[in-house]
Amino acid sequence: MSTRTLAVVSAGLSTPSSTRLLADRLTSAAVEALRERGISATVEVVELRQHARDLADNLTTGFANQALRGAVDTVVGADGLIAVTPIFSASYSGLFKTFFDVVEKDALTGKPVLLGATAGTARHSLALEHAMRPLFAYLRATVAPTAVFAASEDWAGGGQGSAALTSRVRRAAGELADLVAGRPPAAPADPFADPATSFADLLRGSGA
Amino acid sequence: MQFGVFTVSDITTDPTTGRTPTEAERLKAVLAIAQKAEEVGLDVFALGEHHNPPFFSSSPTTTLAWIAARTTTLQLSTSTTLITTNDPVKIAEDYAMLQHLAEGRVDLMMGRGNTGPVYPWFGQDIRNGIELAVENYALLRRLWTEDVVDWSGRFRTPLQGFTSTPRPLDGVPPFVWHGSIRSPQIAEQAAYYGDGFFHNHIFWPKEHTQRMVEFYRRRYEHYGHGAADQAIVGLGGQVFMRRNSQDAVAEFRPYFDNAPVYGHGPSLEDFSRETPLTVGSPQQVIERTLGFRDYVGDYQRQLFLIDHAGLPLKTVLEQLDILGEEVVPVLRREFAALKPAHVPDAPTHAARVAAAGGKTDATVHAPADDVTGQVRDEVEVR
Repeated sequence: MSTRTLAVVSAGLSTPSSTRLLADRLTSAAVEALRERGISATVEVVELRQHARDLADNLTTGFANQALRGAVDTVVGADGLIAVTPIFSASYSGLFKTFFDVVEKDALTGKPVLLGATAGTARHSLALEHAMRPLFAYLRATVAPTAVFAASEDWAGGGQGSAALTSRVRRAAGELADLVAGRPPAAPADPFADPATSFADLLRGSGA
Repeated sequence: MQFGVFTVSDITTDPTTGRTPTEAERLKAVLAIAQKAEEVGLDVFALGEHHNPPFFSSSPTTTLAWIAARTTTLQLSTSTTLITTNDPVKIAEDYAMLQHLAEGRVDLMMGRGNTGPVYPWFGQDIRNGIELAVENYALLRRLWTEDVVDWSGRFRTPLQGFTSTPRPLDGVPPFVWHGSIRSPQIAEQAAYYGDGFFHNHIFWPKEHTQRMVEFYRRRYEHYGHGAADQAIVGLGGQVFMRRNSQDAVAEFRPYFDNAPVYGHGPSLEDFSRETPLTVGSPQQVIERTLGFRDYVGDYQRQLFLIDHAGLPLKTVLEQLDILGEEVVPVLRREFAALKPAHVPDAPTHAARVAAAGGKTDATVHAPADDVTGQVRDEVEVR
């Protein structure tokens, strides 16, 4: 059985948070879906609330402090990403966006990503398609076709909404698992590896 | 090992008084700081170059020439010279000129500049930053090492039969450092030429400096200039000292909290932990600075930033006294005792001239009188 890592980014603010709840459901479904594909997954969760001040500091200093660096490295180094945010004012939360603002813009290129969002009512659900999906398109991530939205009514036990949420979670997790299984394990680029093109080549591109 | 100070030439409101110095005041303060640096026994003064407020230092060679005339031993450098937006022809001329006037006490540090709007003011584009640094520096080197240059490139007018004057003092160009916070390509450039590499070592965690310097040293060896531990490394650093470390923290905190670049963000304590910033007693500064060697190896130049963020001149001069009396003598002794014999000293003009086999006069005499266009023979016959 081969192994892969899943990073989970949750931007929920309260404890317990419905955003984290959705993230956990997506995660266990993704782990299960990977197992069905012969892959054992390890999971690392990044709770952005714990990095709220680190993120603000990064905005002013331009670098991630040690705690935040660990979180960023977890996400960048993972084979797949599950990213879940509450919807605030018609879009992802500022905390969620700030995290992806401080990740290097090329660091998520090609990474399989499953998107999720939560809000008080289902009227916010298309924020997933109108706000979150374009953000990850910009980052050139490979986003699973199904993104999962959960409103308050979806958490009500036994109803139709709950069953629909379960099936969406399962479908999305399967899509993420297919993307992760179809790629070799992640190997983040090392900027300090010996350069692929020599300095002499760089010079030849310029004046003589 | 050389010790000194570098300034970014910012004009910043003193947060404790609400007063903002004038350009004239800050310019004169920097002259006083440079002179004081020599007086207290430091080796190097480096001045930044900027072309937008809140900075005053648009023309470093003018300022450095004034300082050269008022000092005798101080090494004069830049932090940094904009290799991207300056015409390399003008850099070649200006710094060769300054080197003659300063009688060999000049070196310079190349930097790209990270302010987008500045580039178009000089006909360039920040997106070409690395390519500009590569092409312009290659031309600058040729202008200093070849008497007559034919050249064409992407970013400036071609040159045909061009001689940059004056020719380098004693036939040896000024030593060049390349400064970069986060671009491995610039460390690669420094390694390729066997030039020095300087890391600002202020704004980012030490792990980042360590990776950049390691990379530069490895590539320096790759290009055959010597062993990795013989590469020429310089570091910045930022300190504020008082006899009691609590006094240092209390006095510096408002300047830190409101500083350009990192102010209004992390606490002084957080930033001191995450970066090389040291605010405390002279002994704390000595210990922290000696620790730099643990992650960059034996290095050749240590510059401190001490005059930014609105700190008043009087305070800055006190910092220089502490550096000169209590800190640098200890650092000099301790670093020297630790340095193996095969690690080179900081480059100086005298040593470079000796390595080149002695002085040569490099003057290029024109074949024709530039004013009349007549060749010398005709002038003499008449």
